[in-house]
Amino acid sequence: MDEAKPQTLTPPRPLEPRQSAIIVGASSGIGAALARRLAAEGYALGLLARREQHLQRLCAQINTAGAGQALCFLHDVLATADVPALFQKVCVALGGLDLFVYNSGTQYPNDADVFSAENDLHVFRVNLLGAATWLNLAAERFQRAGAGHIVGIGSVAGDRGRRGMPAYTASKAGLHTYLEGWRNRLARHGVAVTTIKPGQVQTALLKNADRERGPIPVEAAADLIWQAIRQRRATAYVPARWALVGWVVRHLPGFIFRRLNI
Amino acid sequence: MSALPLDNLQRASAWGLASGALCHVHRPTDEAGVRRVFELARRHGLSVGFRGGGQSYGDAALNGEALLLDSSGMQRILDWQPENGVITAQPGMTIGQLWRKTLPSGWWPPVTPGTMQPTLGGCAAMNIHGKNHWRVGSFGEHVLAFSALLPTGEMVRCSRAERPELFHGMLGTFGMLGCFLSITLQMKRVQSGAVRVRAFSAGGIEAMLEIVDAHKEEDYVVGWVDCLSGGRTAGRGIVHTARHLLSGEPGSRPLGEETGAHELPATLFGILPRERVWRLLRPLNHRAGWKLINSARYHAGRWRDGHSFTQSLPRFNFLLDYVPHWRRAFLPGGLIQYQCFIPAQKAANAFGELLRRCRERGMPAHLGVLKRHRADEFLFSCNLDGFSLALDFRVSARNRAGLAALAAELDEIVLRAGGRFYFAKDSTLRPHAARAFLGPHALQQLAALKRQCDPGGLLQSNLSRRVLPELHPGGVG
Repeated sequence: MDEAKPQTLTPPRPLEPRQSAIIVGASSGIGAALARRLAAEGYALGLLARREQHLQRLCAQINTAGAGQALCFLHDVLATADVPALFQKVCVALGGLDLFVYNSGTQYPNDADVFSAENDLHVFRVNLLGAATWLNLAAERFQRAGAGHIVGIGSVAGDRGRRGMPAYTASKAGLHTYLEGWRNRLARHGVAVTTIKPGQVQTALLKNADRERGPIPVEAAADLIWQAIRQRRATAYVPARWALVGWVVRHLPGFIFRRLNI
Repeated sequence: MSALPLDNLQRASAWGLASGALCHVHRPTDEAGVRRVFELARRHGLSVGFRGGGQSYGDAALNGEALLLDSSGMQRILDWQPENGVITAQPGMTIGQLWRKTLPSGWWPPVTPGTMQPTLGGCAAMNIHGKNHWRVGSFGEHVLAFSALLPTGEMVRCSRAERPELFHGMLGTFGMLGCFLSITLQMKRVQSGAVRVRAFSAGGIEAMLEIVDAHKEEDYVVGWVDCLSGGRTAGRGIVHTARHLLSGEPGSRPLGEETGAHELPATLFGILPRERVWRLLRPLNHRAGWKLINSARYHAGRWRDGHSFTQSLPRFNFLLDYVPHWRRAFLPGGLIQYQCFIPAQKAANAFGELLRRCRERGMPAHLGVLKRHRADEFLFSCNLDGFSLALDFRVSARNRAGLAALAAELDEIVLRAGGRFYFAKDSTLRPHAARAFLGPHALQQLAALKRQCDPGGLLQSNLSRRVLPELHPGGVG
């Protein structure tokens, strides 16, 4: 799609600065909602995802709405070798970069009777390993610029290893720690790193949950994430009440947590 | 296509600090180095922009997300003939380095901008002018020849006799055709390092234009305009004229091997270190402060109407260097300059309308500078037989959008008067206004030269993408 016709934005104008953002994993769910939210704030967006139709529909929707502008790029986070060239291409097309969001995530149904290394490796590759190439590029760029903001979408599930989804929870826990490391490295260079920990949000992944615990609409989640970005928060539970859940879950003794059905 | 490593990624700013961009900055020192930069850009699918002294107010010396060829590594003098004042130098040499080299032998740059920081390459690419434009023309008129590397890999040598079309095309087209590698300039003979300056006050814009025109026999004429006063005194100000002193005249400064005597003083009023004075400007940098300063300046000038004094050449010519870093007083928003050129007969009305519109929109310029010009034969030229008015505006997060809208309104006034714009200063021009003043012929000719010199569309800048998007049909990169 991006090869067929060159996508261009109006060139930046000195008196009319605009913010630019890349969202990796933008075709649906939180990524798509955040894209719409950032577009409403006037952002120029580089949207990346695997699913062409979803992505193009989202781009068209944003570009007709009129506030921000969006360009879409097909990308599979498993194809890490493509990332450096793609990162350069998107930055050139946007004419700058202020915000980088890693939102790619996958999950298999919550099932304590499945043993599949293949599934687990896939989860690690998408949720955690795929972030490595992107975050290194974004971090180096922002450090050189002395400004910028990296956002990673983790999960409240990453606060504890869970019996139904060991790989998912471990991948998110890994992402949280990875982001914390970047935050501690980049803070002195004026770069913010925000870890978002969504609780239950009405996305496609919700079907994998064993039970619904008051999921919030995806637009509401995007609003809260935008708020956290604006406030340059280090970590934000979305919605905030999950912070309490997270605290309890993190502090439950193992022998109790093991007996719970979560 | 592989990605270019980020090792050289740096933030480059517009001189006015109102905008900037991250660019991969490279500083070649010779032709081979420039070739390597072109090659690197091609290999990674990126464009190349040029930056000299970084003195353009707007986005001319920026090439966001792509390569920026900084000429500061190319400052050598290649040939200097003190007997006839012809100098050949690399494009990164600054006007400051130039006069320090030539003044001891009695030669001064024929055209000087208000600061000595610009480079010869920048002066040529922008075809700059000085306070003597109506008399001696623009910088390009004193360039005898230059050599340049084109993106095709061809080294060209251009003069009025050799490839005249490219000669007139490259001077003033802000680096869209090739990279200057040497510039040969005819310097101007002076007998002393000083000028006699006279100051005249003008009660309004018409009086100001009359005074400027009445002193066309002087070497330099420049008008300062108080843009904050309205009503009958709108456009009042002071005109400074200057004439090179002959040797032996009272106040003339002997030339010699030492240029130290001509340097700007280290302190202001004998006590304030010049390097720090910009901090003192900050508390005054608001509407009331400007009003006070402009008013005081005008009345002081009126009180001493017609008085004369001598000044060193650098001090008179490089007023903008007098308070180093003064642009920092405008942080965090920075400043922009809006300069337009209006034919002589329409200037009084148009300038009056421009000043009025700025006041009506609540954004009067804090500084206005008026100069006299003449037309020239370059492909892209802001120059015409008339006057220019340069307006400085402070930029803030709050006024950005309003300022952009005001500039668009001013553009219409200028275009209606048959006026023109100057790319070295520009931050606001839109493609339709650029097309309107340049005209189809110049644009077609530039497009033809571009196809011939840079068929791959390698040379771009934030300015070129903004004002002439049709010059880059292959897209941005």
